[in-house]
Amino acid sequence: MLAHVGTRILTVEDDERIRTAVKLALEDEGWTVDEAGSGEEAIELFHRGSPDVVLIDIMLPGIDGFELCRHLRKTSDVPIVMVTARADTHDVVAGLEAGADDYLTKPFAPKELSARIRALLRRIRPMSPGHTKLVFGDLEIIPDEGKVLRAGVELHLTKTEFRLLVELGQNPGRVFSRETLLDKVWGYDYFGDGRLVDVHIRRLRTKVEADAANPRHVVTVRGLGYRLQS
Amino acid sequence: MTESVEAVEVVERAGWWRRASRTLARLRMQRMGLRMRILLTFSLGFLALSIFLAAITFSFTKSTLYKQREKASIEQAYRDATVVVNDLSSAPANGQGVMKLLASIGVARPLLNYRDSWVGSAAGFGDDVVPAAMKSKVINGNAAARMVITVDGERVLVVGIPLSEVGASYFEFFSLTEVNDTLRSVGFSLLFAGFITTLFGVVLGSVASRRAVKPLGDAAQAAKAIAGGRLDTRLETSDDHDLRLLANSFNDMASALQLRVERDARFASDVSHELRSPLMTLAASVEVMQARRDDLPERAQAALDLLVADVSRFQGLVEDLLEISRFDAGAIRLHLEDLLVAEFVRQAIAVSSLPQTPITVTERAETLVMQVDRRRLARVIANLIDNARLHGGGEPEVTVSEAENDGEPLGHVWIAVEDHGAGVPLEERHLIFERFARGAVAGRRSSSDGAGLGLALVDEHVRLHGGNVRVEDRRDGEPGARFVIELPAEEVGV
Repeated sequence: MLAHVGTRILTVEDDERIRTAVKLALEDEGWTVDEAGSGEEAIELFHRGSPDVVLIDIMLPGIDGFELCRHLRKTSDVPIVMVTARADTHDVVAGLEAGADDYLTKPFAPKELSARIRALLRRIRPMSPGHTKLVFGDLEIIPDEGKVLRAGVELHLTKTEFRLLVELGQNPGRVFSRETLLDKVWGYDYFGDGRLVDVHIRRLRTKVEADAANPRHVVTVRGLGYRLQS
Repeated sequence: MTESVEAVEVVERAGWWRRASRTLARLRMQRMGLRMRILLTFSLGFLALSIFLAAITFSFTKSTLYKQREKASIEQAYRDATVVVNDLSSAPANGQGVMKLLASIGVARPLLNYRDSWVGSAAGFGDDVVPAAMKSKVINGNAAARMVITVDGERVLVVGIPLSEVGASYFEFFSLTEVNDTLRSVGFSLLFAGFITTLFGVVLGSVASRRAVKPLGDAAQAAKAIAGGRLDTRLETSDDHDLRLLANSFNDMASALQLRVERDARFASDVSHELRSPLMTLAASVEVMQARRDDLPERAQAALDLLVADVSRFQGLVEDLLEISRFDAGAIRLHLEDLLVAEFVRQAIAVSSLPQTPITVTERAETLVMQVDRRRLARVIANLIDNARLHGGGEPEVTVSEAENDGEPLGHVWIAVEDHGAGVPLEERHLIFERFARGAVAGRRSSSDGAGLGLALVDEHVRLHGGNVRVEDRRDGEPGARFVIELPAEEVGV
């Protein structure tokens, strides 16, 4: 855990008791926790404290969780974990589309939350020496610098989107199943939610593809998964 | 008059038939369906009506025809009698000449009593066929008379006219065969018309019965739909006053039912939602305390352990309640995927409360693929394992096999969890999947751990996947229960 000492987490939750209890549990992991009771407060704290992970409850008074998420995404690639009421509602997909990297349903065990946060904070493993660049046609990925260029122009990806792209790119031509991607990118087992992959792929395409509706690089292999190609 | 007597008889006979058929119908109606009763009523009604009308028509026609014939015959007889009188008074002969004269003007069956002797021209129509009473009335009583008699099977009208001015009596026979022929064909026509009318009655009856029963069928179907969970089913209100009453009260009932069910479902859902926030606080706080368990005095440690266990139990219960209320609200949406059954079950066991549970997969079952919501079905497996752990003495065994007696190609897979508990008595097997069913054998099956929503959820989930779950005895004859879920599955080409 030493790697994450000094990690700042911003929790946005309107229920004070939950907020306090979650703060106590996260502080036990050795992280610094900032608390916000509303979306407005969260925006202010975010710009002051520059947290490493943001935890957002969707049900907020004033600016709701989705809106807050979209607002943060405009300027930041910070990992966002959303807390939703249910797993089977549209909330999950809407939250992921608003820019969240992962989600939890209430009530969750704080241990589960810590595991999710740790997965999001994981560093990308360094490339083997001599390989500093992955090239797919007009797409250039430089993992060690965390950069992606399309036709020479740098793209802004979130950390999760970037990790997903690198994962696909390290084995060119290989088809990755949802399960594999859930495991490699999010650290989920067999029972992870495939929608995480699908929504992130969709988001990734809007950034790396010239035409997201007709993807050339990130292609779907029907019934099997996804593949990155030139 | 004989004719009208006959007509009355016909009417009388129709009445008897009607009464008899009504009695018959009444006897049977008690055992017949509404449709059949309406059909029968219509058919018999139309039959009776057509018999009645035919009888009236027939008797009226008959009497009219006879009267006309009689009138014409009498007029004819008087005309012929005038000829006879004129002839006899101008040339009083022995009557033979008169007969010739009559024959020449086309009189077929005359008979003359003249100077105490009978002269006739038609064979078989002599004085011997004229009844004595009539003879004496005409000859001695000097009065005209008429009568219907039968001669050689032929119905004949005899008209007798006294001819006092020449001292003779003139008789003439008129055949009624023609009238009878006409009546027979009228009778046939009426019979045919009656048949058609009755047939029409049958058709009308079947249409009417179908129409009359349709609202009942609609209502039955709507009731079935409501019982099946489609609570928003309503009957169409028609213009018909009687039916509108039925439809309105049915719809009122359905609305009241829907309101109640929805309120109950919403209540359960609201309660669970409300419980989640404090539960969240509890779960996080307990975890913080647990991290400092070693710093606590022994008694506090024991209390904390209880707290930790029950918070997690509470959490499971709230999750189950939420899931169940989602079922009740019909808000479950499955994310179906094609999964290899064996692989899925192995993974599900690995994340269950007894990850070391042994699993046996038959050769054929290894290639089976099912279309399921993986996370929901994982709950099913986890719940069955939990059930075996809590109530079945632990150490369950899982078997994945092709469904027996399933036919070819294989359409179902069995996932069986066998435990070493006391088993489930036959009379409780259908109850065990009810919500909070702890079983009458509370002492045996349940512990404080087992507030039973788990098996109810198993049942709901499996049914949502188009399968079913049952409990039976262990296959090897040892004590213990065997829970089997049967799910649609397909063999993949290898």
